[in-house]
Amino acid sequence: MAKELWKGNEAIAEAAIRAGCDCFFGYPITPQSEVPEYMSLHMPEHGKVFVQSESEVAAINMVYGAAGSGMRAMTSSSSPGISLKQEGITYLAGAELPAVIVNCMRGGPGLGTIQPGQGDYYQATRGGGNGDYRTVVLAPSNIQEAVDFTQEAFDIADQYRNPVMVVCDGLIGQMMEPIEWRELPKRNLAPKDWATTGKHGRDHTNVVNSLFIDPNECDVHNDHLAAKYAEMEKNEVRWDEHNCEDAEVIITAYGTPARIALTAIEQLREEGVKAGLFRPITLWPFPEKALHDLAAKPQVKAFVDVEMSSTGQMIDDVRLAVEGQKPISYLGHAGGVMPTVEEMVEAAKKALKEVK
Amino acid sequence: MAIVYQKSAGLTDKQLHYCPGCHHGIIHKLVAESLVELGLLDDAIGVCPVGCSVFAYNYFNCDMQEAAHGRAPAVATGIKRTHPNQPIFTYQGDGDLASIGTAEIVHAAMRGEKFTTIFVNNAIYGMTGGQMAPTTLIGQKATTCPLGRTKEQAGMPIRMAEMLATLDGCVYAERVCVADMANLNKAKKAIKKAFQLQMENKGFTFVEVLSTCPTNWGMTPLKAVEWLKENMAAYYPLGVVKDIETEAK
Amino acid sequence: MKKEIIISGFGGQGVMSIGKNLVEAGMAEGFQVTWAPSYGPEMRGGTANCSVVLSDKPVGSPVFSFPTELIAMNGPSIDKFAPTVLSGGLVLVNSSVVSKKVERSDVKALYVPCEGIAYEVGNPKVANMVMLGAYVAATGALKPETIEQMIHEMFTGAKAKLVPLNLEALKRGMACAQ
Repeated sequence: MAKELWKGNEAIAEAAIRAGCDCFFGYPITPQSEVPEYMSLHMPEHGKVFVQSESEVAAINMVYGAAGSGMRAMTSSSSPGISLKQEGITYLAGAELPAVIVNCMRGGPGLGTIQPGQGDYYQATRGGGNGDYRTVVLAPSNIQEAVDFTQEAFDIADQYRNPVMVVCDGLIGQMMEPIEWRELPKRNLAPKDWATTGKHGRDHTNVVNSLFIDPNECDVHNDHLAAKYAEMEKNEVRWDEHNCEDAEVIITAYGTPARIALTAIEQLREEGVKAGLFRPITLWPFPEKALHDLAAKPQVKAFVDVEMSSTGQMIDDVRLAVEGQKPISYLGHAGGVMPTVEEMVEAAKKALKEVK
Repeated sequence: MAIVYQKSAGLTDKQLHYCPGCHHGIIHKLVAESLVELGLLDDAIGVCPVGCSVFAYNYFNCDMQEAAHGRAPAVATGIKRTHPNQPIFTYQGDGDLASIGTAEIVHAAMRGEKFTTIFVNNAIYGMTGGQMAPTTLIGQKATTCPLGRTKEQAGMPIRMAEMLATLDGCVYAERVCVADMANLNKAKKAIKKAFQLQMENKGFTFVEVLSTCPTNWGMTPLKAVEWLKENMAAYYPLGVVKDIETEAK
Repeated sequence: MKKEIIISGFGGQGVMSIGKNLVEAGMAEGFQVTWAPSYGPEMRGGTANCSVVLSDKPVGSPVFSFPTELIAMNGPSIDKFAPTVLSGGLVLVNSSVVSKKVERSDVKALYVPCEGIAYEVGNPKVANMVMLGAYVAATGALKPETIEQMIHEMFTGAKAKLVPLNLEALKRGMACAQ
C-alpha cells in the first residue's frame, strides 16, 4: 500500500476511527488538540459520536459511561489534562471497562511547558489514580507505531476489560511522517455481555461498578484484578533492540529520545564505539526480563538512560531490571529541551570510559 | 385475595439500606413505577451517584452504572449519545449534583442532553455523616457548620432547579416533594413527564425532589416531614420551574 | 544523501508549507522524510520554524542541532539559526524581508528576494514557492520536475488556474540559484 504523509495527532485520530472507535470525548489542550479537531469533523461522517466535554474530568467520565454500555470509547489529552483524568482512569480499571486514553505528553510539573516531555512516566505506569491498578501503556516512537498501537489498543482494552494508554510526546503528536495503513492481526474478543445496554429481556441487570463496601469482597475483586495484570505481564510485554548483539554501551530510551538515539548510535558506530539501543515499547508491562538478560551479557559494559525528564523516571524500572549488574548513568532534560545526538554520543562514551 | 399494594416491578428484591424515615425509598419507587408504566424499564439505563443512593444499582431493576462523585451527568452523556433511543437517567443527591458535580450537570443541561436527572435534595451530606451541603439552609446545623450555616461563612443555599432552568437546553425543571400523598402524586407525575419529554427528544429534563434526612437532621421521621414542609419548601418553592410545553402554548 | 533543513520565519510566511512541500517532494522521490514543527505561541505571530529531514536511509532523529541548510524567511531566523548551520552548508535568505547578511565564511549564502519576485509574477502568496525553487536549484537535492508535478497535484479544479503562477514562481526562484 502507498505511503501517506500524516501528522501524528491526526494519524492517531484516524487510526482510532479505523479501529472501530464508536465515540470520542475530549477537551482542547496543546499539543494534542488536533485529535479532537480531527474527530469533530470525521466521527460524524462515520455515524460515530464526538462530544467536546466541559473538562477532562467530564471527558473521561463520558468514556466511562459509553464504555460501560459496550462502546469502543476514547479520549485524548496532554499531561495536565491527563492528571485530571486520573479519577476516571482508576474507576475504569476498578469497574473493568475497556477504553483507550492517549497522552500527548508535555513538560511539567504544573502548567510546565507545552513543548514535548516525558514526565508522566510514573503517572502512566504506576496508576496515577487511587488504588491498586495497572494500565497497559504503549509508547510509540514514530507515527507508524502511533497508528498501529492506537488501533491495537482498542483490542487490548477489550481483551482484558481494562484501560489502555498510548503515550507519545508532543513531538510525535505534532510531526509528520509517511505511514502505511495496514491490517493488524485481530484478537479473539469475547462478546460484551456484561455491558449496560438495557435489559431487553435479560433475566438479570448488568451493573457497572467499582464499589465493594464489604472489604472481603473488595479483596476478592482486587485479587481478580491482580490476576488479570499478571496475564498482561505475561502476554503483552514488548520492546525493541537495535544494534544490541555486540553492543558494549546500551542506551535505554522510549518515544522521541529513542529516535534521537538511533542517530547517536549511528555516529557512535562510525567512531568505532559499539553502541546499541534498548527501547521499551510497553512501558507497563516493562520488559524487565529482556533488559535483565541483556545486562547479563558479558560484553555489555554500561547503560545510559535518556529521557525528556529532569530527574529520570523510567530509570527506576531500568535499575530494577538491570539489578546492579552494570552501571547506569542518566541523561535528561525537563520537557521542551530535547536530549541531542551530541549529548548522547558524549554520554555513551563517558559511560564506557568510566568502566574501562 | 385482592392485592392492594405491591412492590414495583421496577425494583429488585434487594432490601433497601436507607434509614427509617428517609425518602429515598419512596423516590426510588416513583422512578421505578414511572419506568414500568411508561414501558421503558427494559430499555432503561440508570446512573447512580456517590452519596446515600450509591447502592441504587442494587435496587433498580434495570441496567445501572455507578459513577464517580458528581460525574453521573457525564457518564449519562456517554451512554445517551451512544444509545440515543433508550431512556437514560441519573439519580443524584445534593452533594453529588450541587457541589462536586456542578460543572457536569450544568454542561449536560447546556448541551440539552436527552436524559432525565432525579435530584434528591435533603440539604445535607447523609452518607458521610451529616456535613453541610450547598443546599443546607441558613441556620441549619451540620457537622461542618455546628453552630448553623451562616451567609457570611458559606453563602446562600443554591437553587439548582431555577439555575438549570435558565439554560435553553433544559426543557423541563420541576421541584416536588413526597412529604404527603398529594405531593407524592405530583412528584410521580413530574417524574413521568420528564421521562416522556426525554423520549420525545425534547432535551434535558430535571426533577428536584426535596427529601428528609431524619438521622442527620436529628429528628423523628414525622418531625422531619414537618421541618421539610416549613423550612425547605419555604426556601425551595415547590412547583414547575420550567416547562417547554406550557411555554410553547 | 541526508539533508537536515530548518525553515524559519514569521507566522504567515508559509514556513510550514515550504517544509511540507519539501517532505512531499522527498516522498515522491522515494526518500525517507520527517517534518517536525515548532509549535506554541510563536505560531500566533512570532517566529515559527520547522525541521525537515530528507534521507536515503530510515530517519532517526527528526530534530537536529546542526542543519545542513537553513531557509531564513525573516531576520530573527538568521540570528537564531545561522550560527548553527554545518560548516560547508547553505543559508538561503529571503532578501525581500532580511537586510542583514550571513556573517560566516564557512557556509554559502544565497539571497532570494522572495516577496519581490512574487509581486513581479503577480501574487505575494507565492513567495514561498520562489524560495522552494531556489532551494531545489541550489542544492540539487530534489528534481524540479517533482516540484512541478506536485504543483499540478496541489491545485486542481477551481484552483487549477493557480498552476501557471506557481510554476512561474518556482522557475524564477530556481533562476536565483544559477
